[in-house]
Amino acid sequence: MRRIGIDVGGTNTDAVLIEEGKVVRAVKAPTSEDVTTGILDSLKSLGSTGVLAGKKIDGVMIGTTHFINAVVQRRSLTKVAALRLGMPASASLPPFCDWPEDLAALVRGGVWMVEGGHEYDGRLFMPLDEAAVTGAVQEMKAAGLRSVAISAIFSPLDPGHERRAAELVAAVIPDAVITCSSDLGRIGLLERENAGLLNAALADLARDTIAAFETAIADSGIAAPLFITQNDGTVAEAGQARRLPVYSFASGATNSMRGAAYLSGLADAMVIDVGGTTADVGQLKHGFPREANSVVKVGGVRTLFRMPDLLSIGLGGGSHVQLDPLKVGPVSVGYRLLKEGIAFGGRQLTTTDVAVASGVLNLGDRKKVAHLDAATCKKVFDEAARLAEEAIDRMKTEAGDVPLIAVGGGAFLIPEKLPGVSRVVHVEHGDCANAVGAAIAQVSGECDQIFKDLSRTDALAAAQGIANDRAVAAGAARASLTTIESEDMPLAYLPGNSVRVRVRVVGDVAAG
Amino acid sequence: MKRRQLSLDDIESLAVGAWILGTGGGGNPYLPLLNMRMLYKDGHRVELMDAADLADDDWVGTVANMGAPLVGQERLTDSLTLAKAVTVMERHLGRRFAALMSMEIGGANGVRPFMAAAHLNLPVVDSDTMGRAYPELQMTSVAVGGLSGDPVSLVDVRGFESIVHKVPNWKWAERIGRKICVEYGSVAATCQPPRTGAEVKQWGIHGTTTKAIALGTAVRKAQREHTDPVAAILSVEPGKLLYTGKVIDVARRATEGFLRGIARFDGIDDFRGSQLAINFQNEWIVAHRDGEPLAMTPDLICVLDTASGEAVGSETIRYGQRVTVIALPPTPIFLTAKGLEHVGPRAFGYDLDFRSVFSS
Repeated sequence: MRRIGIDVGGTNTDAVLIEEGKVVRAVKAPTSEDVTTGILDSLKSLGSTGVLAGKKIDGVMIGTTHFINAVVQRRSLTKVAALRLGMPASASLPPFCDWPEDLAALVRGGVWMVEGGHEYDGRLFMPLDEAAVTGAVQEMKAAGLRSVAISAIFSPLDPGHERRAAELVAAVIPDAVITCSSDLGRIGLLERENAGLLNAALADLARDTIAAFETAIADSGIAAPLFITQNDGTVAEAGQARRLPVYSFASGATNSMRGAAYLSGLADAMVIDVGGTTADVGQLKHGFPREANSVVKVGGVRTLFRMPDLLSIGLGGGSHVQLDPLKVGPVSVGYRLLKEGIAFGGRQLTTTDVAVASGVLNLGDRKKVAHLDAATCKKVFDEAARLAEEAIDRMKTEAGDVPLIAVGGGAFLIPEKLPGVSRVVHVEHGDCANAVGAAIAQVSGECDQIFKDLSRTDALAAAQGIANDRAVAAGAARASLTTIESEDMPLAYLPGNSVRVRVRVVGDVAAG
Repeated sequence: MKRRQLSLDDIESLAVGAWILGTGGGGNPYLPLLNMRMLYKDGHRVELMDAADLADDDWVGTVANMGAPLVGQERLTDSLTLAKAVTVMERHLGRRFAALMSMEIGGANGVRPFMAAAHLNLPVVDSDTMGRAYPELQMTSVAVGGLSGDPVSLVDVRGFESIVHKVPNWKWAERIGRKICVEYGSVAATCQPPRTGAEVKQWGIHGTTTKAIALGTAVRKAQREHTDPVAAILSVEPGKLLYTGKVIDVARRATEGFLRGIARFDGIDDFRGSQLAINFQNEWIVAHRDGEPLAMTPDLICVLDTASGEAVGSETIRYGQRVTVIALPPTPIFLTAKGLEHVGPRAFGYDLDFRSVFSS
């Protein structure tokens, strides 16, 4: 298997080539304004030694912050028609009701609410009012809206009404781009609907961006399918990512952690990814980051996206160092390190300067930091280690000592021994762990549903079957599927032994 | 009658404070808060009044939602349906209410009376009947006081209206109401048994809305100023810090319609090496530190997110969360022999004599 992984970060676009489980080459190119040029440059640089010549590439996996940036920066967004099926319930909280006003003004093309939806146990809440749906769609058409987000009460349990409404939309607006909230998972109407609305708002950008990625790959002479990495450390085929761009919102941190697992060979460990300004601490379980289970805000909008649970602290290679009293971070010189660091002729003492002075790093001019004696350097390193230790202790969920993988450009700040850590693992290519994580991404399937009148074992088995089928539908090879999360929660007040089960499985991309 | 209008900022604080007083249950007040934001945007306003300013023969309606919090996340309760539970009760009684009040200040029900009040143009009394959240109807100050448990109105958004007209006691009100609620789809807007002004003055737990607003204001101020939110809470309430740690295990099971279980914590900072376990029945009930009872109902056991100071609920608490556990004092009504019979540790099946963390 031969794959190229690309991570489009804020500063650099990293690319790696992985062949039969080994990193053959890793390169960095500056991220370009249009994103595509940076990808093309990194691919050219990757192939410049001839490693790609005449070889078949099985896939190019790209991780990008393009979609989340569009929402955060309020640009390139599509006007959305919101169609909710659930009247007369929830009428006082219509779609967009908890959005920041500036973002709602850009995205809200119109709101329609009609009767429909289900109960928690699958009973009908109200029959779908098809005439009202068709009437709404005619108004959407008259308003020139093409991107439609459909949500229905309890649609993760029964997506029937959303699907039927989608047919009715397509009958009137044949080129409509339709997002059904049931494709975006979880229980929680407003948060799921918000995810659907954001997804619909990204319809045009997703189409254009993924087309540009495909062009960049074709222009570089590589003939390989394109995959986009997702928030949870898996990939989606380009077609699916185009349909559900919100799933690719926050893949950078996830890719780093997955890359760390891969490069170290450890599936269960703590990871610290030390960049220029911040260090992200997370926990790997079965080779995947532990997910945040709570509400995640994106550009001010509440959602329930699958995102890794991370603790960020202000510690990095560019962190300001103050000697008396001793203080490291949280302020950083960031990408200006090569101008402002003392070893590079600047005036700000940074952690990198201390590493140069003590001989840990061979960068800049060591003479410029000769005034820092060994005792001072040790004090700074000890303080950095204390900050890291505290963050790791807060993120750990086991009482015993666990291994820690240190990656990222600032990984030199992490010492070989830390309290609460069984061993610290520094890996080769750790500074490109994010692109490595993209290259090795897998395909996942998830089921989050309420089961009634089933034993716990049967409910878990039913959920597992649904998750497996979804993973295969998303492009996974069935034989490679493994369960990485399985969680059940009995529901207070609901009758008949109701249990909410969440199962997630992953597998390798099926050979095409 | 002296009344004070609440600002939207007061209600934002009320939502944060009510969630803390929910002691793990009662449901997150976020959706009721959203409703209040919409109502204020449309020009509605609500007023708070003291129980002392009620006439003895005034009638007061007690507003609460009943049902599974999970269903409430899909079938979002709208404010008009809550208002209807009140008007259905008024029609049944043939009387008008002079004011509304909360059944439980803890959780989402601490905010819901204001949703009905906004439509009905009624003031809300600064009192409730739990001073926190509890899982059952007989766990109220009015039940401890021996007041009647009927009638109860239950309303569904599709236009269904039910009245539980006559029951022998609170347990039966709970059982029959629960059946109706389940048929509705496990969510119902309710108006609890009507109370006279005299009853509210004698048996209400007073000043609890104001207390929730003060708690929320302190937390929100600390969040804005990046100071310690837990210290802020303890500066406005005579509470006690019990523990700081992270969640290492949560075992949940649904029995008899409740979410029961135990959450285990491993200490950090000053509590390193010390283990905490909290048993819950929707709400946090009994906490043991290193095997010894540390805190128990009716003392309020509040589990807070250490960084934000906001409450952490038993239904959503998860592995790895960093939390601070504090105790807040309960209403004296629950500290009597009769009160402890209703809400002491034995009422929840724990063979423990109540010992307050505030007694030493």
